[in-house]
Amino acid sequence: MSNLSKVRHDMLPNLPPPASSVGVIGWMRANLFSNITNSVLTLFALYLLYILLTPTISWVFINSDWTGSSRDACTSGGACWVFVANRFDQFMYGFYPEAEIWRINLTFLLLVAQVLWLMLPNLPYKGMVAAVVLLVFPILAYFLLYGGSFGLEVVETHKWGGLSLTLVLAIVGIVAALPFGVLLALGRRSEMPIVKSFCVVYIEFWRGIPLITVLFMASVMLPLFVPEEMNFDKLLRAMIGIVMFQSAYMAEVVRGGLQAIPKGQYEAAQALGLNYWKMMVFVVLPQALKLMIPGIVNTFIALFKDTSLVLIIGLFDLLAIVQAGLTDPKWLGFSVEGYAFVAFVFWVFCFGMSKYSQHLENRFHTGHGSR
Amino acid sequence: MTTNTTNSAAARELNDELMVELRGVNKWYGQFHVLKDVNLEVRKGERIVICGPSGSGKSTTIRCINRLEEHQKGDIIVGGTTLNNDLKNIETIRREVGMVFQHFNLFPHLTVLENCCLAPIWVRKIPRKEAEAMAMKYLERVKIQDQALKFPGQLSGGQQQRVAIARSLCMNPQVMLFDEPTSALDPEMIKEVLDVMIELAQEGMTMICVTHEMGFAKTVADRVIFMDKGQIIEENDPHNFFNHPQSERTQLFLSQILQH
Amino acid sequence: MQSDAKKSPSAPSTKTRFWHDPAKRALVFQILLVLGVFAVLWFIVQNTLHNLESRGITTGFAFLSQEAGFGIIQSLVEYSESSSYGQTFLVGLLNTILVSALGIFFATVLGFIIGVARLSNNWLVAKLASAYVEIFRNIPLLLQIFFWYFAVLRALPSPRQSFQPFDNVFLNVRGLFMPQPMPQQGFELVWWALLIAIAGSVVLARWSKKRQDATGQLFPVYKTALALIIGLPLIVFWLSGSPLTWDEPALRGFNFRGGMTIIPELAALLVALSIYTAAFIAEIVRSGIQAVSKGQTEAASALGLSKAKVLRLVVIPQSVRVIIPPLTSQYLNLIKNSSLATAIGYPDLVSVFAGTTLNQTGQAIEVIFMTMLVYLTLSLLVSAFMNWFNTRMALVER
Ligand SMILES: Nc1ncnc2c1ncn2[C@@H]1O[C@H](COP(=O)(O)OP(=O)(O)OP(=O)(O)O)[C@@H](O)[C@H]1O
Ligand SMILES: [Mg+2]
Repeated sequence: MSNLSKVRHDMLPNLPPPASSVGVIGWMRANLFSNITNSVLTLFALYLLYILLTPTISWVFINSDWTGSSRDACTSGGACWVFVANRFDQFMYGFYPEAEIWRINLTFLLLVAQVLWLMLPNLPYKGMVAAVVLLVFPILAYFLLYGGSFGLEVVETHKWGGLSLTLVLAIVGIVAALPFGVLLALGRRSEMPIVKSFCVVYIEFWRGIPLITVLFMASVMLPLFVPEEMNFDKLLRAMIGIVMFQSAYMAEVVRGGLQAIPKGQYEAAQALGLNYWKMMVFVVLPQALKLMIPGIVNTFIALFKDTSLVLIIGLFDLLAIVQAGLTDPKWLGFSVEGYAFVAFVFWVFCFGMSKYSQHLENRFHTGHGSR
Repeated sequence: MTTNTTNSAAARELNDELMVELRGVNKWYGQFHVLKDVNLEVRKGERIVICGPSGSGKSTTIRCINRLEEHQKGDIIVGGTTLNNDLKNIETIRREVGMVFQHFNLFPHLTVLENCCLAPIWVRKIPRKEAEAMAMKYLERVKIQDQALKFPGQLSGGQQQRVAIARSLCMNPQVMLFDEPTSALDPEMIKEVLDVMIELAQEGMTMICVTHEMGFAKTVADRVIFMDKGQIIEENDPHNFFNHPQSERTQLFLSQILQH
Repeated sequence: MQSDAKKSPSAPSTKTRFWHDPAKRALVFQILLVLGVFAVLWFIVQNTLHNLESRGITTGFAFLSQEAGFGIIQSLVEYSESSSYGQTFLVGLLNTILVSALGIFFATVLGFIIGVARLSNNWLVAKLASAYVEIFRNIPLLLQIFFWYFAVLRALPSPRQSFQPFDNVFLNVRGLFMPQPMPQQGFELVWWALLIAIAGSVVLARWSKKRQDATGQLFPVYKTALALIIGLPLIVFWLSGSPLTWDEPALRGFNFRGGMTIIPELAALLVALSIYTAAFIAEIVRSGIQAVSKGQTEAASALGLSKAKVLRLVVIPQSVRVIIPPLTSQYLNLIKNSSLATAIGYPDLVSVFAGTTLNQTGQAIEVIFMTMLVYLTLSLLVSAFMNWFNTRMALVER
């Protein structure tokens, strides 16, 4: 036996780590006070939080007024949520006749039910539900919201407004832009030079100009483009503009999804004798669409925020209707409350959706080796 | 096995100078006790091979030596300097300790030559010409001099690993650490990397290698160390380690690994 | 496509049938597309001509030389009510470029700081930076503009009760009033000194690189250059007898006269654009830095490089390539978003041209066409520049 030989037959026990490296103290030491710079930063951040949060919390919750019917109810010196509470229905439904509001509620209830069905894992018939959402539901929603048949009274679109209008614009924009986006993306990847250049020009044109000019164009130029006797109402014009604009962005999302499909899939489909459209419809698009969902959700978030621009051409979406409410002489001076409310609503929607899309992205990325 | 003994410490005159010393090193990841009272002395010119099952703390041990991981208890002394929290101290030690990673970690935005020159120029402050000449010398030694102007992405795994070795050598380190340098490679590439490592050993480099290449351990190691569950179970010269393992765990491990 | 086939003239059925030849199929399809596009365009042009005629609007760009007859609250060039619509266009364009350029600058600085802060190993700092990103990118930009304009800046006191954060700096509902530097005779020397300092820094950088290559010694280029660029003009300024006076704002009647003014419209737009875009840029920077694997930093530090050099030599060069393309599209977004100026009356291109000018002249086609052309050109220019920058980076690295 050489002198190098060392053996250990006993197994050492697992010991708890030294107190300074675990628990609250260890965590704080590692994450907040690991060196002098970090300690200074931590103290500075704490101070910043303190000066930002204390007045905000006291303004929003502690010193605020929630109930009442006029501005006289606001006596605490903090936020006057009475303003929002009083106009809440208007902020949600615009000038939609009160007796008909159930129609808006029903429409969105149906939509939420279908979307939940699609989002929750392990529910059957997802394909069918998706088809209903994309094809049947829009027609149903039109009759519910606008009316004019089945004994429903017509509600002109100038009475639409508030959050429901914002949602209608965003959802129509996305759903209608999807088919155009798919076609444009396929065109952009096609080998036919004219088709390809047409799609490239279309996509880059719409992506290069601001939505405001699109809305201006839709509101002042569109009427010039069509025969005089065809007159669109303002909402429809805005929708046309938004859909044309959104198709270009959708096309890029679809293109990204198509690019993520490995070449082998195309080759395998062709080897099976499928022609171009069959290959796309049965093999490529179903896989690509799944990968595109996060991208679609992200463009939806962007569009949802952008719908607030319709205020500029005189439609009353959520922001516009609050903005209009702020100029009411009875409620002057509550702009911070108004904006805070709108910001909160938008934030809840956008943040929720962005978390959902991140969740999907993470789910798609697992299994690819996470080094 | 007689040829091996000529390489082992018994036959080789080893310097008494200690290069790396671990004294009662303990480390925890959160509540998890990864290293338990690890003691190790590596003398100048000594070649150590560390083996053991996956998750036994081999990587963690050698990554503590150049402070890629921080230990919580015990002392680590490299070339006479004790590791502590001082950044300058850590940089000094890292200069003298070269490391080769399982996944090469070459810088993809630099050519092979630039990869090798980067640290000599910016850390050792050597004139570019000299740095390049030295880099070429080491690239020649790992037999890859004709690829000097290529980018890492254009090389095979074995070539990349040899570049990574040359890159470390360019700093003239006193100790080289290898963390499974061949386990991401195809069999034919393993040999080209091992040949380089064997040559390096013959030139007297102090080396600490985590590897499962038992052939390499038998030919060049002065000592083989077996780790399990965060502790050193057994250490011995290669001949006795492989032929007369003392601990049951070592016997089990060896029987598993030698089946392949 | 199948249905298109039936419409096409039947082909001679000699060898492969016409419709079975993919090349011919593609040709027919493309001809149909061209015909379709032309039909739509024809329909639009016909209707437009007819509609314009019945409304009595003459087409053409002659209106550009007519007198505009309205004032603009901020203009970078000479402008008055008697200027032409052409000048209105120019003023609007310059105002758009001004707010975009400033916005890009501030959004980039803020975005990089917050993006790096998100990766801080200080938990609290990282969380605060995430909170910033999650709050500001999920609230519509228009709302943020309204908030800064109507809720913050419009709520400031009247000129008589101005806040006075510094001597001679006044903040009130009309804007931010500051002294304006008025260079006197001899101030050119300071400009020359600055120019020389910049040129000197470039030479210094070259020299230090050469010296490093030759001897290996490092020279603190950044610090020296900074000292040079700040110090030299200051010394010259002092030596030449401080040839600078300040035009100070003073309260005359109901408003301030003299000095420099930042109008609240510009301030609100700029603050909102920078804060909003910075949230997106922060995300880009964070993911760009995270795209560089941990192995890279480990390998670099194992070689003995200091933390700062690991960043400068290994991490940043790799992440820049990941960052630039999405950063470009954020810049483009910012330029396009600057058109929200209309909503608060900042006189940008859309506001004074596609807004006021269009309303006054009724020349919808020409005005919208010119406006779109401007945005398309700006987009093209910025993309071209960033592409050039990116290929240059890529060439240097690969
Ligand atoms: N950053 C970390 N955080 C928490 N646990 C870790 C971390 N890194 C490693 N571990 C755990 O520490 C243990 C030892 O890891 P180490 O990488 O040292 O093992 P190893 O012996 O090198 O194994 P392998 O042969 O698989 O490389 C493992 O159980 C591992 O899961
Ligand atoms: Mg390991």
